[in-house]
Amino acid sequence: MIKITLNNKPVELDVDPQMPLLYALRDELKLTGTKFGCGAGQCGACTVHLNGTAIRSCITPVSAIAEQAITTIEGLADSKGRLGESSVQVAWREFKVPQCGYCQSGQMMSAAALLKVTPQPTDEQIIEHMQGNICRCGTYKRIKAAIKSAAAHSSGSDLSASHSPVSKNGVEIFDASKQGA
Amino acid sequence: MNSIENVSRRGFLKVAGITSGTFVLGMNLPIASAQGKSSTADLSHELNFFVSIASDSMVTLVCHRSEMGQGIRTSVPQIIAEELEADWQKVTVVQAKADAKYGSQGTAGSASIRNHFTSIRQIGAVARDMLEQAAANIWQVQRNTVKAEKHFVVHTATGEKISFGELASHAAKLTPPDSKKVTLKNSADFSLIGKDVKLVDLDNIVAGKAQYAQDIQLPDMLIASIVRPPVVGGSLVSFDASDALKIKGVVDVIALKPRSIPVTTNPLSGVAVLANNTWAAIEGRKKLKIKWQHGDKASHNSAEFIKQLAKQVNQQGETVAKKGDVYNHQYNDKNTVEATYTVPYIHHAPMETPAATAIVKGKKCTIWAGTQNPQWAKRNVAQELGLAKDEHDNIELNVTLMGGAFGRKSKADFIIEAVELARASKRPVKVIWSREDDIQHGFYHSISANYCKAELNDKGSADYWVSRNAYPPIGWLWNPDAKMPSDDQLALGFGDIPFALNNLSIEKHAVDSFVRPGWVRSVACINNGFALGSFVDELAVKAKLPTRQMWLNLLGDDRHVDPNKNGFKYSNYNLALTDHPVDTKRMKDLINLISDKANVEQKLPENQGWGISFLRSFGSFVAAATKVEVVNNKVNVLEMHTAVDCGIVVTPDRVKAQMEGAMVFGLSIALMGEISVQDGKVQQSNFHDYPVTRINQVPEMYVHIVESDAPPGGIGEPGVPPVAPSITNAIYHASKTRIRDLPVNKVFTV
Repeated sequence: MIKITLNNKPVELDVDPQMPLLYALRDELKLTGTKFGCGAGQCGACTVHLNGTAIRSCITPVSAIAEQAITTIEGLADSKGRLGESSVQVAWREFKVPQCGYCQSGQMMSAAALLKVTPQPTDEQIIEHMQGNICRCGTYKRIKAAIKSAAAHSSGSDLSASHSPVSKNGVEIFDASKQGA
Repeated sequence: MNSIENVSRRGFLKVAGITSGTFVLGMNLPIASAQGKSSTADLSHELNFFVSIASDSMVTLVCHRSEMGQGIRTSVPQIIAEELEADWQKVTVVQAKADAKYGSQGTAGSASIRNHFTSIRQIGAVARDMLEQAAANIWQVQRNTVKAEKHFVVHTATGEKISFGELASHAAKLTPPDSKKVTLKNSADFSLIGKDVKLVDLDNIVAGKAQYAQDIQLPDMLIASIVRPPVVGGSLVSFDASDALKIKGVVDVIALKPRSIPVTTNPLSGVAVLANNTWAAIEGRKKLKIKWQHGDKASHNSAEFIKQLAKQVNQQGETVAKKGDVYNHQYNDKNTVEATYTVPYIHHAPMETPAATAIVKGKKCTIWAGTQNPQWAKRNVAQELGLAKDEHDNIELNVTLMGGAFGRKSKADFIIEAVELARASKRPVKVIWSREDDIQHGFYHSISANYCKAELNDKGSADYWVSRNAYPPIGWLWNPDAKMPSDDQLALGFGDIPFALNNLSIEKHAVDSFVRPGWVRSVACINNGFALGSFVDELAVKAKLPTRQMWLNLLGDDRHVDPNKNGFKYSNYNLALTDHPVDTKRMKDLINLISDKANVEQKLPENQGWGISFLRSFGSFVAAATKVEVVNNKVNVLEMHTAVDCGIVVTPDRVKAQMEGAMVFGLSIALMGEISVQDGKVQQSNFHDYPVTRINQVPEMYVHIVESDAPPGGIGEPGVPPVAPSITNAIYHASKTRIRDLPVNKVFTV
């Protein structure tokens, strides 16, 4: 049994420890906002936050995240904890970023993680950070614009999950000692 | 479009949970095929309404076409709401199931608006007319003194008004007028069409709540992962599932039934691992030991094949269209340009890999799938289950959102797989394709060669022109003897060359097929548009003219071109040439517009260049302009523009979005998209070796939409064809290197 904190709630997973988090979320917990795109960490559709940092859930076994905090798109919130109102989501709606929308959970989770660490990113930082997220519909121009807008309108205090142990500067170092607990 | 019926009084509305007093307009088949179904009990899932207005004024509109990112679930209801005079804030949208009563649901060929604009408007107009009639009856006034306005009907003399909700129960008792005789609104009075309304699925997508085919969850459901024959036409010799069955969570291993050529849109067969979760299915699959018989397609090697195609098009082919005589002429080498272009196999790679869920109980079947063609899929499933024609409605096919499609999800192979496995396992089954499955077992844009030859005249135009192409035709799917593209395929930017030429020969070649060919966003316009757009640029270089001027010279006078005059049976994308003419004025206007907007004739640093191109396709006119720099053998794309004239625009922001997307899709095609086949097997497997455009490769982008009241053209595909040649032309002007063989990354770093 692997215990994690998922979108601020304690969750126990009775699955193969090697099962990637993506399938635990989708098949076991029925949280389908996180998407399968490649199964190999190449496209970013499955991006979630581990203690506030963007990770690829399709290649992260649940054994590696025991006792840690995971946030999915369903748990993304603004600084007051209002779900779906993070600065990134507000900007995504304003710029009508999605076309098919399938990759956009991953895009928003990556963008939110960027803004946590770099509240006012340059164009180069946006491009550098978002390179791992593919959008086949080609919404990149709007993704860039939305991230800039979110940065401009945000206090930088969006929550990926209000109880997640985010350090002061927003950078959470992955703590290997917590693995397998 | 089938006839509109007032279904409000039908008994089965109660079954469907619609309250009394609701006004419901549905569709009826022109033939009474539903006759004899007096029972109301099992008709609820057939409730094929288009418009429903409840007593609280809430309007429910059905979108009968499939959403894959183009925004059609906004645009179709937007058109109905416009004619209905509905308040967009009070509109809810429901997705239609597969039902022949809706008429065409095939969401392909950029056809939803261009082919159905009027009939969709008529639905709203019929409902509005009935609400107005109901109000006139209540007030006992002349019909022409009442008018629907934003969810009310107003008595124009007194200003008195009644809400749609109050009128619903009255309208429900009326007979619908003839949909062809109702008055449609003047475009000057549009308050929704041409405006950006709130997108129907936006909030759900942003909240992570939008439901795609992969997201379907059912009690007791199994997940299936399938190993398919690596070579098309291959078959299973034997398999050992003992290790797979040892994986915790694996429930069963099932050999799918053998399939043969013609491959049609059937599954490819193979061995399926069924498990309680996706991970177990994937792990189980890795443990399968399978022996395949590869069949004769194992002889295919695309690297050699493309050379063979290039050789073929350098020889005279079979005539598609002809004017004058290009062969009995002494060409002047100094003024003649000849070029051969090749495009590799290209794959759709939608972000959501194919997926479908099915339950089969005897002759009953329920399906959830992201499909571009719900009714075709339903017919395919009926055939799979051996259902008689009057049993087709035993199949309930629910259409989910698609996480991209680009033509891939027109084919029902993955849906039939789910049905086959659900029937065999007697449990609900969700089939999920891995990315490797998707890339290796697709329906590919055909590998192709195009040839162009023209002789310039002293007016800076051409008098002699030869175009040829050679590629495996899509018709091979159904007919293994098919070696030539159909006229419909040849109409895609090939048989409809709009230039003012005295001598013209357009020719096709016979080609064998080895992998499953398919429709990829803009189809043969990809290779034909690349050849045409590149060749005009080559002629411009030869003539020492700006490329814009070369286009204008070749297009000649303002006129409507009729490709039929050259002996080509031109289908014009199933549009009437009278409504959607091959109009050289609109073409020239657009080429001037893009050239001016992008300022393509500006002086640039030595290693930079602009490229332009143009193609009319799917009833719309699109020009593209791209600026690149080539530094240290690397191509950097600096700026891109598209200009589009698609007639009447319904949802401007989605037109813009499709153009932005087309630029990104075109970048993939031009710079790096290549599927190669060796010994009949696709060599690529995931995004590391089938790369698609990423954010770092996307420059500043601009979209210019021409204001027009011409009948609407398509928008999903027409943006793609001019993009790749605009990029390679720009590379030429930046580097003097002409890319005739895509993708660019064979020569340059991208």
